[in-house]
Amino acid sequence: MTLVSQATPSGRTGASPAFLRKIVVDPWLFGIFAVVTLSVLVFAALPIFTVLKQAVVTDRGFDLAALAEVLTKSFVWESLFNTLLLGATSAVIATLTGFVLAFSATRTTMPGKTFVHGVALLPIISPPFVMALAVVILFGRSGLITRELLGIRNANVYGFHSLVLIQSLAFTPIAYLNIRGMLQSIDSALEDASASLGASRWITFSRVTLPLVTPAILSSALLVFVKSVEDFGNPMLIGGNFNTLAVEAYSQMVGYFDLHSGALLASLMLVPSITAFLVHRYWVAKRSYVTVTGKPTAQTIRISGAAVVLPLSMLCYAIVLAILLFYLTVIYVSFTRLPGIDNTLTTDHYATVFTAGFQTLTNSLLLAGIATPVTAVAGMLIAYLLVRKAFPGSFLLRWGTLLSFAAPGTILGIGYVSTFNAPPLLLTGTAFIVVAAMVVKNLQVGIEAGSNQLRQIDKSIEEASMTLGASNTRTFFQITLPLLKPALFTSLSYAFTRSLTTLSAVIFLVSANWTLITVTILSQVETLKIGVAAAYCSILVFVVLAILALMQLLLSSTSPKR
Amino acid sequence: MSKVIFSNISKRFPGVSGAAAGLAVDRLNLVIEEGTLVTLLGPSGCGKTTTLRMLAGFETPSEGAITIGGRDVTNVPVNARNVGMVFQSYALFPHMTVRENVEYGVRLLNLPRHEMKDRVSSVLATMALETYADRSPSRLSGGQQQRVALARAVVTQPKVLLFDEPLSNLDAQLRERMRDELRAIQLRLGITSLYVTHDQSEAMAISDRVVVMRNGVIEQDDTPLNVYSRPGTGFVAEFMGKANILQGRVEKLDESTVSIRIASTVAFTLPRGNRAFRPGEQVRCVVRPEHIRVDANGAMQAKVRRVVFQGAYVEYLTDLEGQECVFLDSDYYRTGVAEVGQMLRLSVDSQPVWILPHNEAADMGKAA
Repeated sequence: MTLVSQATPSGRTGASPAFLRKIVVDPWLFGIFAVVTLSVLVFAALPIFTVLKQAVVTDRGFDLAALAEVLTKSFVWESLFNTLLLGATSAVIATLTGFVLAFSATRTTMPGKTFVHGVALLPIISPPFVMALAVVILFGRSGLITRELLGIRNANVYGFHSLVLIQSLAFTPIAYLNIRGMLQSIDSALEDASASLGASRWITFSRVTLPLVTPAILSSALLVFVKSVEDFGNPMLIGGNFNTLAVEAYSQMVGYFDLHSGALLASLMLVPSITAFLVHRYWVAKRSYVTVTGKPTAQTIRISGAAVVLPLSMLCYAIVLAILLFYLTVIYVSFTRLPGIDNTLTTDHYATVFTAGFQTLTNSLLLAGIATPVTAVAGMLIAYLLVRKAFPGSFLLRWGTLLSFAAPGTILGIGYVSTFNAPPLLLTGTAFIVVAAMVVKNLQVGIEAGSNQLRQIDKSIEEASMTLGASNTRTFFQITLPLLKPALFTSLSYAFTRSLTTLSAVIFLVSANWTLITVTILSQVETLKIGVAAAYCSILVFVVLAILALMQLLLSSTSPKR
Repeated sequence: MSKVIFSNISKRFPGVSGAAAGLAVDRLNLVIEEGTLVTLLGPSGCGKTTTLRMLAGFETPSEGAITIGGRDVTNVPVNARNVGMVFQSYALFPHMTVRENVEYGVRLLNLPRHEMKDRVSSVLATMALETYADRSPSRLSGGQQQRVALARAVVTQPKVLLFDEPLSNLDAQLRERMRDELRAIQLRLGITSLYVTHDQSEAMAISDRVVVMRNGVIEQDDTPLNVYSRPGTGFVAEFMGKANILQGRVEKLDESTVSIRIASTVAFTLPRGNRAFRPGEQVRCVVRPEHIRVDANGAMQAKVRRVVFQGAYVEYLTDLEGQECVFLDSDYYRTGVAEVGQMLRLSVDSQPVWILPHNEAADMGKAA
């Protein structure tokens, strides 16, 4: 500490630039900042740029002809169109269902809200393709509903219609949580004021409530769109001939070893994703009238008229029961010998999972277990560096992490394979590269949660620590990090769930040594071992639920005594 | 030993437009004598908080140097300055108990364990916090939280103690009590202190010197008594409580007194001290409302414009031949309350009347 004061002797200070002083005042923290920023650039920005480069550069250098050639191929345009169509359709439907659920849960006297809430969140904590599996089981050629119940012999479950159904249900929780948060944070006095001015329920809804939640509705639609574009598992399993960019890029890469086309398709995915993301960040977010603090305001007027509540409740229960049906089907099938053909109950599939498949299960848990704390602590640290310390070069960190979040997993996965396949960064086939992908892909949620929380922590609490003689680094670990605990837990839960259930990026990275449960499930489905796949899915959902419950318990037991 | 000197300190905030293009503090010179408490007083945006934060080390001056006890600290980081600070929001660490809060800074000193314990318990005793030592700060009252904040700030035996509007979160009664408590402890410990507030009565009650600031510049640096009764500028006069600044003319001059005419009457005659006046010269007189009273034989005549009943007194806003004049009548129960539109005869207690220096800018240097 005294060293620092000697290093920059007194006197006229105008000469030494302000940003240099920031570094000198806390060299440790700047060191951390430099390492974090460099890591983000290498593991987030570099792979994406590698893919972009591969899309336009061949052996002959910058190759417009090769680019033009790929662009004339019909599968490029078809898959781009398919992706956009699917994304837009799913976004609209998922947002609508999310709104219905959120409105019913916050503004009506619908019975069984806790049940509806719990089930509506299920899809968020399970692998994205559990739904696809369930749909195949229920509506496939030998489907429980199509064949057993309805006797249809040649049902075609594969294609656009199934994808829309699955994605809409799978992404409803995103819209539901988003819109619910905003509905809850609207000051109920606004709706009361409208009523007191003589407005009917409908007028209040359409002129006050709806305009106030419009930003949340738009933002939900954009987020679902991004998720749909990124989704790999569902289109892969159930798309049939309806190929999206993610699937097409994968099959070009892995099926035809066509790196150039694969890179171009993955690059194309960036366009809708980044556009939607930027619109969300710089347009929708700025139009928000309400700050979502997560703190519900006073009780709002509940709509109790049967004419409104009954149809809404029926709709909600239909959605929730559909979700529940899908999950129960998967569990049922995991205990069925040969679904649709031999429906005797058995635990054979679980036996398979715990013997032959045990390795992949422990792999997944181990790698996700490593990635989770790294993601969460790094997220808090980055939030702190960005919100509290504006080091020179902060923008690199900010944009690096945003890019990794907005970029679909496919481009990240392809980028990793292409970037880290030669020294000095020869990482392909290692566990490290899988963990890196998990961390990078899930970092942003922790950063957002951490930043929001930091902005609510009085800055003078940290300043007090400094006046008492603590360095920036010590202040972060002893004062800031403990105060960020809620955000830390949000980030831990999210990172764990996502790391365990991710597919789109890691499918390019797994190796014989390090295979993951999600990849295994996919290959089980492809080889029609539906029962084993269902057993894996059930275990995965159970593990995630158990770990989340454990974390919740830990959080509440370590909360400050009142 | 820990005298604080600001020499020629300026602070520019880049990208801030408006008043003097982001110049928050403009060539400020200030000395805080060892063991004294100096208050920076002024409206928001006057640069007082920036000045305090520069002494703490949160802001770095754009120009100039700051020394504490002869050591140049201009480029020393906050955590190496050995300053204690009491924050407006108290900034108590919410995840620690009262004792842990107080211990935090002492732990960083690497003292022997028993000495650390001794220091903490003696400070807790001084602040009457022993019974609350193991509570969370959120379970304490505002006044108790304030004491914890002070305990935490002084336990490391800082060279300088900084107060950033520490009482503004308390209700009026508690504020006065804590104010006296803060001052008593500061005097007892003899710590050189800088105190920032926008409350003039707080400033007068607590300080050895009051520094009134405006637009990043010191308007006056003086004892509380002088700042109140001999303001250097109209701004200071009006900022330090209510003041009538009446336009007058020098009517009569002799060796020791000067008589001032306000509008049509010679309103008062007061000792001239050693100041120079010219007959007929225009002057501005600071007359505090408490020094004007209703008097049937008074020289001045004023028309009542507004009457505000305050309990202990009645506040009148009157029109004194075209000039606004406010005064307080605490005798109303004897004389009755006048009504709007009524004419009153007033007299001025001439002893405390203060004639503002002619040229504020020229006089400012003298005052400082």
